[in-house]
Amino acid sequence: MIAALALIAGVVAGLLLRPTVPTWLEPYLPIAVVAALDAVFGGIRARLDNVFDSKVFVVSFVSNVLVAALIVFLGDKLGVGSQLSTAVVVVLGIRIFGNAAAIRRRVFRA
Amino acid sequence: MDETATADTSTDSAPDATTPKRRHFVHISAGVIIAVLTALLGFAIVVQVHQNSRNDNLANLRDDDLIGILDDQNARADRLREQIAQLEQTVRQLQGSGNRSAAARHQAEQDAKALGVLLGTLPADGPGVRVTVTDPQHHLTNEDLLDVVEELRGAGAEAIQFGSVRVSTTTAFTEDADHQVRVDGTAVVAPYEVLAIGDPKTLDTALNIPGGVADAVRNKGGQLHVDEQKRLTIAATRPLPTPTYAVPSGH
Repeated sequence: MIAALALIAGVVAGLLLRPTVPTWLEPYLPIAVVAALDAVFGGIRARLDNVFDSKVFVVSFVSNVLVAALIVFLGDKLGVGSQLSTAVVVVLGIRIFGNAAAIRRRVFRA
Repeated sequence: MDETATADTSTDSAPDATTPKRRHFVHISAGVIIAVLTALLGFAIVVQVHQNSRNDNLANLRDDDLIGILDDQNARADRLREQIAQLEQTVRQLQGSGNRSAAARHQAEQDAKALGVLLGTLPADGPGVRVTVTDPQHHLTNEDLLDVVEELRGAGAEAIQFGSVRVSTTTAFTEDADHQVRVDGTAVVAPYEVLAIGDPKTLDTALNIPGGVADAVRNKGGQLHVDEQKRLTIAATRPLPTPTYAVPSGH
């Protein structure tokens, strides 16, 4: 519940402040967002399975974001930035879908 | 997912030595951190969406894509430059043909003027001789007068005026029953005045050559006087003859 409220608060803050993304952050922000979404879906699923752990959620959230950004950074340095970004997005997307399917099964029993 | 999914009740297996108060504090701080993280996520989502929709598409592109776009633009610029070169060449060709046609027209005009002088359709200026032929005894015939003209022609006269008549290729010297000499139908009477444009020395020499025209006139009691002039004007002209039968053949 707190997390949902915080998410809404963050959205509102972003809408109100409308900050510009620094140039150095531009390639990483979309990937970081997707990675964080993955962590959030994983957290929701764990919550529904009654195995939610705050520490695990925080660590997975931060590490997901950092690893995703690191992969993109390395990809840019190696000259395969766009391909690696696509790969990260695909992998995270599959995980998000998997989590969403688990959540759906848990919520709707279907 | 894996982390959270596989996370068993690790918190429960955490040291039970922690007091309930301590656990409560940990729970609160973890909630705060989660709230901060999710707030950051929402914030980042909005910022990214906003950024993505606001910026022009070039700013978000990677170096490789930008290089590709740059290559495309360069290729397009090259194609356009080639087109410009072709069009400029066309312009030069058209201008060249325009200049050529102008030069041809100029040449044709000059030719027409030269031919007009030679044909007698245009007045002419230049150095030449003024020939005065007196015939006090009226013994000069049309042939004698024609000899004068022929001699002038032979000496290279380019334009000749006999009396008031411009002499041309078709000019005829005739003599009617009462010995009246006519040039192209126009009666001429002594003293005859002939204007000729050409090299004055040559014309003078040709007329006064021993046994020539001047001597012939003198034998018949007349006088032929040649007056070299640095510049004289032949004002008489003829109408342009229109060929009836002959047509220009292709060359």
